[in-house]
Amino acid sequence: MIEFVQNVRLWFAPEQVREEGSTPDYRFSLANERTFLAWMRTALALIGGGFAVDQFLPDLRWGWRVGLALALLGAGVLCSLRAVNHWMRCERAMRRGEDLPASRFPALLGVVVAVVAVAMVVVVLVGWEG
Amino acid sequence: MSGEALSVRDPGLQPERTRLAWRRTTLASTVTAVLAVKAALHGGPSAFGIVACALCCGLWLAFLLLAHERIRALAATASPAPLAPRHAASVVLCTLATAACALALVI
Repeated sequence: MIEFVQNVRLWFAPEQVREEGSTPDYRFSLANERTFLAWMRTALALIGGGFAVDQFLPDLRWGWRVGLALALLGAGVLCSLRAVNHWMRCERAMRRGEDLPASRFPALLGVVVAVVAVAMVVVVLVGWEG
Repeated sequence: MSGEALSVRDPGLQPERTRLAWRRTTLASTVTAVLAVKAALHGGPSAFGIVACALCCGLWLAFLLLAHERIRALAATASPAPLAPRHAASVVLCTLATAACALALVI
């Protein structure tokens, strides 16, 4: 958590990042940028999913609808924060010539999406009449 | 031989791929913006709905501008500079603000 706060300061201080180590091959930086963008698309899709649940499942009970929408929106927010944080960590690791950071986040996100999907199936099958 | 070729043209087309990745991301943000506008104006226009709609459209425009700026930077040179952290953080802030709008609209 403390590391995350330190990284947040770095987001707005590019000079500090450039001081460290040596500039990697531009192709590695671009690959890192594309990974960041792919995570951003995932985040945008999750946020869009939150809007869609609220819009296109109007027959659901209020609690279920808002709960599902909030879960998707929360996942989108986490995903975008993690995207920029991970991008920054990879960029610094490449500058210092260290190994790229490992991450549990993809597994976590996979489990969350699976749980939301199962909840959706249950809600659509059972809660439709309710 | 390959060193010579690399300096002339990147055989991996990295800048082009990155440019297209930005394009895909603007498409994703467009879809989100359309869903946001639909959610904001659902059930007749209200003062809150119109403000939320304008905010989401503004955020979408900001997103497009950021992407456009980066795409131009990528096209300008053969070996473009890495993405600035401030730029990445701005993109994330746009997304977070859209999520905040969504939160206000859902609840």
